Amino acid sequence: MDNTLSHEQHAQIQAHIQAHQHVPGGLMPLLHAIQDDIGYVPEAIYPEIAKALALSVAEVHGVVSFYHHFRTHPIGKHVLQICRAESCQSMGSAKLEAELKAKLGVDYHQTTADGNVTLLPVYCLGNCGCSPAVMLDDEVYGRMSADKVTALISEVCHG
Amino acid sequence: MVKVYVPIDSTALSLSAERTAKKIMQEAQARGVEITLVRNGSRGLFWLEPLVEVETAQGRVAFGPVQPSDVAGLFDADFTQAQADKAKAHPLYLGLTDALTWLKKQQRLTFARVGITDPLSLEDYLAHDGYQGLKNALAMSGADIVKAVTDSGLRGRGGAAFPTGIKWNTVLNAPAEQKYVVCNADEGDSGTYSDRMIMEDDPFVLIEGMTIAGIAVGATQGYIYLRSEYPHALKTLNEAIRKANLAGYLGENIQGSGHTFHLEVRRAAGAYVCGEETSLLESLEGNRGLVRFKPPLPAIEGLFGKPTIVNNVISLATVPIILDKGAQYYADYGMGRSRGTLPIQLAGNLKHTGLVELAFGATLRELLYDYGGGSASGQPIRAVQVGGPLGAYLPESQFDTPLDYEEFGKIWAVLGHGGIVAFDDSVDMAKMARYAFEFCAVESCGKCTPCRIGSTRGVEVMDKIVLGKNHPQNVQLLRDLSDTMLNGSLCALGGMTPYPVLSALNHFPEDFGLSNKEAAA
Repeated sequence: MDNTLSHEQHAQIQAHIQAHQHVPGGLMPLLHAIQDDIGYVPEAIYPEIAKALALSVAEVHGVVSFYHHFRTHPIGKHVLQICRAESCQSMGSAKLEAELKAKLGVDYHQTTADGNVTLLPVYCLGNCGCSPAVMLDDEVYGRMSADKVTALISEVCHG
Repeated sequence: MVKVYVPIDSTALSLSAERTAKKIMQEAQARGVEITLVRNGSRGLFWLEPLVEVETAQGRVAFGPVQPSDVAGLFDADFTQAQADKAKAHPLYLGLTDALTWLKKQQRLTFARVGITDPLSLEDYLAHDGYQGLKNALAMSGADIVKAVTDSGLRGRGGAAFPTGIKWNTVLNAPAEQKYVVCNADEGDSGTYSDRMIMEDDPFVLIEGMTIAGIAVGATQGYIYLRSEYPHALKTLNEAIRKANLAGYLGENIQGSGHTFHLEVRRAAGAYVCGEETSLLESLEGNRGLVRFKPPLPAIEGLFGKPTIVNNVISLATVPIILDKGAQYYADYGMGRSRGTLPIQLAGNLKHTGLVELAFGATLRELLYDYGGGSASGQPIRAVQVGGPLGAYLPESQFDTPLDYEEFGKIWAVLGHGGIVAFDDSVDMAKMARYAFEFCAVESCGKCTPCRIGSTRGVEVMDKIVLGKNHPQNVQLLRDLSDTMLNGSLCALGGMTPYPVLSALNHFPEDFGLSNKEAAA
């Protein structure tokens, strides 16, 4: 067992594994359930998942690593996704992206020094009528500028 | 009590509709004004969101865009008495919603209820012709339902435009103990959001469409494969499914008919290629989203090896109105072999963006200028990408092309999912061509070589062209590579990446440092 996981987290994972063990195509919903709770899918639990779902560890690794959404390491308290798709590009997302990287002092897939925000690229948020768009945790925001995004970040970080 | 509507659609929420709604409730309480707040879907006029509506005897009256800071002023103008002169004098007053030009000229069939009803009110859904299609379908044989869908001329709205009825017929005639209906809700194309709007703003229409599909072909289990970037749609769908189950519209013995149809939402995980139907099925089975060889067709051997209908959200959400009003009613709209309507999504650099549902046949120019109002920046519109990241870029000279599958095919373009992204004259088309390869490299499933290797080679050759290295040779190489990807890829991801690349090269050679003559060579 991964010793960075708390007893409670381990129990949560066990419960999810049991709940999804016999669900047809249950691996994807299981991985989602684990990441929703723990924030990531710890590599140390691959053997347990594999055993319960009658898969090889390599198959579990293959699935986790195929999908952009799943991650295997803890991330910041909040996730900021900047849309890189065409509609947002047509409204200046490249500039927004550069300014936010500079302001936050991180590149994509990195977390700010204070551990608050992890920056991720995303290809379309379905908010193309209000480009450029970003998503902060589970909320999408339209017609963004770097200043507006930093204001949103301080709002979620400091209330 | 007067009803006040504030949309709960993601785009409205992204423009602070939630805070506007809260502020309206606070002000109403503080001022002792009695209102009923309804959270409706979006009418699809995004430049006016958050669009607040007030019910009056003459119909709903709109105000917008209403920011939280505008709310006190609206109450000062007694906006809940929306037909009084004082409210009419408010700068955000827009008049009767149904009389707004943007809406008045549309032909909303699939989107008939969107923005009007409370998405999660089954009573509202039933009061606006909901479940009439299912009612008719329950009195018909499976073959007759499939015939109605075939006769309507409905073609897959996800992009491939394959006749929906023919797909259903294959599943109907495939003998199996278990069949499935899968809804492809992995809407990943830039410039598209009509699937999201249906799922957030009128989820019961999708549930009804899938139920009809299940009853038609004898499938008892349905899955909605929903992209993970749509958390609001996930919540709304799950709640709507729960309500439909409770009311006997899903589950065992639907409305006493003896038919069974179970429905479940499954979350995708951010892989664009899973919008391809066989990759989607792999993902639903719990595997890496690797594209499958065809044949066998999913209609014969689909999910878990069983006959499976895989349709896009809009295709399935259009089925109820076909079964309600009849195949001919739907087929009477449109042109040529493109029957019915297309929910068009205006996006990118446009003054007025949003949802426009029209019969096939309108031109791009009408959409960009009459609806879109020209560019948002005020600069000329230089290029338009239609049909997502794998769609061609069209120059101004092609703006008179009517929106029709075959007409777009003639100019080597695609309608795809009906998304239109406009770019002004600041766009660098060589950069967009490079981006198309970059996107393909990020999203390739890796199964076939033209896509997996070709996309990375494409980025490299584009970099050389931009730097002006060995121009004629590298442009030739770009064309050769595109030809390999077009003809040798297993699915549309690798197979259509050349559309944005070559259309950019052919229509905008100057951005590649070429004269027209050099580009054609």
